Amino acid sequence: MTAVPHVLPYLVAVWVFLVGCYGLATSRNLIHAVGCLAVCQSATYVLLLAVGYRDGATAPVFSDIEPGSRPLVDPVVQALALTDVVVGATVTALLLALVLQVSKRHGTVDPDELSELRG
Amino acid sequence: MHHLLPLLVALPLLGAALLVAGGRRLPRRAAETIGCTVSGATAALAITLLLNSSPPLVEWAGGWVPVNGESVGIMLIGDGPALGMAALASLLTSAALAYSWRYFDEPPRRHAGSFPALMLVFQAGMCGFAIAGDLFNAFVFFELMSVVAYALTGYRIDEAKAVQGALTFAIVTSLGAYALLMGIALLYARTGELAMAQIGRGLDRTAVHGGPDALVLASFVLVLTGLLVKAAAVPFHFWLPDAHAVAPTPVCMVLSGVMVELGTYGVWRVYGTVFAGPGGIPPADLRRVLVVLGVLTAVVGAVMCWYQRHIKRLLAYSTVAHTGLFLIGIGVLTPEADDGIALYLIAHAGVKAALFACAGILLDRYGSVDELALFGKARQLRTVAALWGVGALGLAGLPPFGTALGKAVTEEAVGGALALVYVAASAVTGGAVLRVGARVFLGLGPRPKSDGEYETTGAGERPETRRRLSRVPDTMTAVPALLLAGALAVGTVPGFGGLVADAVNEAGSGGVVVTSVHWTVPGVLLGLASALLAVGLTAVAVTRPALLAAPDRALPLRRLQSGHIGDYVAWLLVGTTLLGVLALPGVLGA
Repeated sequence: MTAVPHVLPYLVAVWVFLVGCYGLATSRNLIHAVGCLAVCQSATYVLLLAVGYRDGATAPVFSDIEPGSRPLVDPVVQALALTDVVVGATVTALLLALVLQVSKRHGTVDPDELSELRG
Repeated sequence: MHHLLPLLVALPLLGAALLVAGGRRLPRRAAETIGCTVSGATAALAITLLLNSSPPLVEWAGGWVPVNGESVGIMLIGDGPALGMAALASLLTSAALAYSWRYFDEPPRRHAGSFPALMLVFQAGMCGFAIAGDLFNAFVFFELMSVVAYALTGYRIDEAKAVQGALTFAIVTSLGAYALLMGIALLYARTGELAMAQIGRGLDRTAVHGGPDALVLASFVLVLTGLLVKAAAVPFHFWLPDAHAVAPTPVCMVLSGVMVELGTYGVWRVYGTVFAGPGGIPPADLRRVLVVLGVLTAVVGAVMCWYQRHIKRLLAYSTVAHTGLFLIGIGVLTPEADDGIALYLIAHAGVKAALFACAGILLDRYGSVDELALFGKARQLRTVAALWGVGALGLAGLPPFGTALGKAVTEEAVGGALALVYVAASAVTGGAVLRVGARVFLGLGPRPKSDGEYETTGAGERPETRRRLSRVPDTMTAVPALLLAGALAVGTVPGFGGLVADAVNEAGSGGVVVTSVHWTVPGVLLGLASALLAVGLTAVAVTRPALLAAPDRALPLRRLQSGHIGDYVAWLLVGTTLLGVLALPGVLGA
């Protein structure tokens, strides 16, 4: 086993996070921006699952295997990722609702045209 | 006693569930009474636990106690600082709920329970974050309080500015939270633990060559990014003025008074328990990181505060400046500075919430929070004027306010040039607030003129109450008066300082240290100096507006606050990089 496959998921996580940030920084549409934030969050899923991965291990479900008979991937990070998904769904839903309201009140979803709060 | 710890979170959540379920059928008075009662009961519980928190309480939720030192359970800690923050958050939430008694006009969709329910969930999130003993639950509660805070900021969904501010707040803080989660994942990858104390021990055990490596540095930077976004340190602070200027006043009281400070508390807690060991980040590097960021935050916050005309925005920037002062205090890593900051933070919460409450009265009475538009208009509000003046002097650190005691103790601990930052930042922010008071309540000096286009005016805001108030309700003046009395009590009640100091020191990483917290002659003089400086600045600003008006030199700084989400995200990345650069020497040297 070389080092590359071990490091690769971490690099992917960093890349996904930075791509999302780039999208957020240059976004011209608030719905697109909310999507970019979700991309940033996907980086945390990748990272969490990469942390718990073990070579040759199976899913931590004991319905059909004897406990202790096979190596398992870390169930803790899967629980964390699941919680993270729930958090992400809440945030995204609330953000989209806010964007909808911004669109109604400002008549635009282009962040460049929202200039009431500054200085 | 420790079995009661989870109730700090469960009680407000249950109250919120009750209000959401029955809110449609409940009359408004009943819904607001339930909100106040549950919030107050939680505050009482937090205070009771706080009084019994020596030795610190530990609770493993659901009885998942560690076996052979390892556990996957949820750990709650109830030491002095944790329960103190929970008590402070609960008390401020109760104050905000009392202030907003029959406050908003028609509740949205005839649901009387929605506002108190949101406030209770907010309270649960803040209490949970304060007592979380493991990092992942700290993240979950961090997100819970953030999400509710976004919703509360945009509570008046018909206001164009409110939804924009809430959106900016939400995107920037969520991005910070994801950075925090990535940091937590890296720490878990290294140590296989989530409880803070266990992670700290794990880092020390697995340290290569006895020092931190790139992974520890990366996780430190990511975790701190998340917490500093919440604490609104420069350059992560851009969301704060936008959100605090538009949030409903009762929400502002809690946001500025305690939520932002919870970020600072998080930095203190995480460094002390996770990164303080030999396998973590060396003290010299943490000191560099926090002192540099703290000074930057204090200066930027104070300068921007001075040039605001939107009163709530001005108060928001003063919160930024004070965050800088708190960061410097916890950055120098001495037990005395920790004690001072704890006192400063408690008293600041009272003063800042009281000032926001007064600003809310102006908004609801005159439909404006603009310093220029309100010039001389509020002459008949004598009580509010008195409260405002007292609050401004408290913010500037006039003895015997608790702010002055906390500031004096911290100044003594940080010493030298950093003490001057404390005097200057508190004088400028206090002076700005005093200037607003002199113009709005007394109509002193010539009528000020608008100085440029690049600013946010506070005129034309809609009152939050049913109609413009003709008479200020008693609850709206009693709450700020009580809050100011609390801030005064922090500095004057004999023995209170000592109690706070003992609680903080017992939980600190340095073991049990005996410090003495009391008024000293230099401390009183420095406090008087900053209060006098604030009065002097006000006098100059009011009589000779041209001398201290916004010069073009400040314009680049104001242009940074562009209101554009993309810019704020870019600044967040700059800040993360800055954190990494500042903390790098410790890793290279190891």
